[in-house]
Amino acid sequence: MPHIEIVGITKVYEQPAAPPIVALDGVDLTVEHDQFVSLVGPSGCGKSTLLHLVGGFISPSTGEIRIDGRPVTGPGPDRGIVFQNFALFPWLTVRGNVEYGLAEKGIPRRERRKVAQHFIDMVKLTGFEEVYPHRLSGGMQQRVALARMLACDPQILLMDEPFGALDAQTRLILQEELKEIWRQARKTVLFVTHDVREAVFLSQRVVVMTARPGRIKEIVDTDLPADAPRLAVDALAEDIWATLREEVLKAVVPGDRREQAP
Amino acid sequence: MTTIRFYLPLFLSLVAWQAAVTAGLAPAEMVPAPLAVFEGLWRLLRGGELLRHVGVSMYRQLAGFMLAAVIGTALGIGMARLEGVRLVFEPLLKLLYPLPKSALIPLLILWFGIGHNSKIFAIFLGCLLPVVLSVYNGSRGIPRWLVWSAQSLGTRPYRLLWKVYFPATLPDLLSGLRIGLALSFTLLVSSEFLIARAGLGFLIQSVGEMGDYAAMFAAILVVALIGFAADRLFVRLMARALRWQEP
Ligand SMILES: Nc1ncnc2c1ncn2[C@@H]1O[C@H](COP(=O)(O)OP(=O)(O)OP(=O)(O)O)[C@@H](O)[C@H]1O
Ligand SMILES: [Mg+2]
Repeated sequence: MPHIEIVGITKVYEQPAAPPIVALDGVDLTVEHDQFVSLVGPSGCGKSTLLHLVGGFISPSTGEIRIDGRPVTGPGPDRGIVFQNFALFPWLTVRGNVEYGLAEKGIPRRERRKVAQHFIDMVKLTGFEEVYPHRLSGGMQQRVALARMLACDPQILLMDEPFGALDAQTRLILQEELKEIWRQARKTVLFVTHDVREAVFLSQRVVVMTARPGRIKEIVDTDLPADAPRLAVDALAEDIWATLREEVLKAVVPGDRREQAP
Repeated sequence: MTTIRFYLPLFLSLVAWQAAVTAGLAPAEMVPAPLAVFEGLWRLLRGGELLRHVGVSMYRQLAGFMLAAVIGTALGIGMARLEGVRLVFEPLLKLLYPLPKSALIPLLILWFGIGHNSKIFAIFLGCLLPVVLSVYNGSRGIPRWLVWSAQSLGTRPYRLLWKVYFPATLPDLLSGLRIGLALSFTLLVSSEFLIARAGLGFLIQSVGEMGDYAAMFAAILVVALIGFAADRLFVRLMARALRWQEP
């Protein structure tokens, strides 16, 4: 049985004093257990919306999402998420944020500390444990969000441009880390990115979406062998970019993307 | 430096005041000079009378204030989250809002007697509104993704209140409480003016009636000082509880 089934999903945002927005229009996608799938598409095409639907935070206008065959009715700790705007708890320190889910699971304090520290070290925030989020840069906050999700060890990772605010070097390091975690811990990942190379490097399949209303334009198999030469990655990325480019040109970029909901 | 800058003008006005009375520019029997006021303060203190009244007033003030904090927070969050609670309480609060709460004091005395309870209830009512309104507004504006984060990290529905709604509303709760704190002193003193057997309002009233204006000024000074100290303390606690906020 597939891990995630997205069946005939349409999402229309009703607005009080404006015409409704059709964010997604007839999306079907099946993700197998332990698969790493990336979503790429122009800004505003509904990538975040799709992730929020799978997370169970919002409900579809039509269609159904199933996890292990059971319809999604709401959020749950089986599906961890890194929001596009990080959504850290501002009243908790870095450590408090990363320990949060562990505490809710009832894991004892010492164990919690140890696990949290492991992930804080992994995202290179050692020394910032007692700092509150407002004192961190965007990239640092994003890494806290990543650590917070990973510490909870969910089976499904929903990641909305989780490396978008990072500098190139940290980004490369964390891409490797994520790939390693995925390889070892066997996670199912739904990963949104604007970086086609990143998508090809990390995932087994890349889903290219159309400009709004978001539909699936093409699904590209990118399951390269671990020792695939750089050139192979580049060539695939080049192909996907060619497809994506048309859609990006179609989409009118509406202002600053960071101003939108998560 | 800031302390000096704060207290120097106060000190200078005291000196000017004393000088004006000594020079006969103001009638000493109606405007007792600072030195006379300090002497009055000493008289009140020596008999133990002042401390007794301060104790009574502080008890009433704290009880009313705490009650308002707890019930106001619950009501504010309840109104923001449950449509039914909002429908019942919103009209009531809207009606109560423009009403000067001191207008209710005679009625409260009728209901609760002339002891502690009528005063506590008056203070409670006065503090309640700013607390409810700011908590209500604050908890309506909680970003939904904070709730989503908590849910996806395994927070049970009944724990959301404590883990997300409460901390997210804390800044609004505390600023509502600070307004309530200032109001509580007004209500305390005015409720003790009307009919009372003890308390600072009663003290101001009774020494005034005896014509001891120096002692009356001293009692007023004590109310002002307690109010000032309470606000300072509250601001300190607030800064500590909200140190996670952007400055
Ligand atoms: N809560 C909402 N209310 C109304 N419209 C919304 C809401 N959330 C998203 N939208 C609209 O739905 C469309 C899809 O938004 P979404 O955030 O899913 O796009 P996205 O693909 O994640 O874009 P980006 O790459 O810029 O993050 C956009 O046009 C957006 O304006
Ligand atoms: Mg998005």
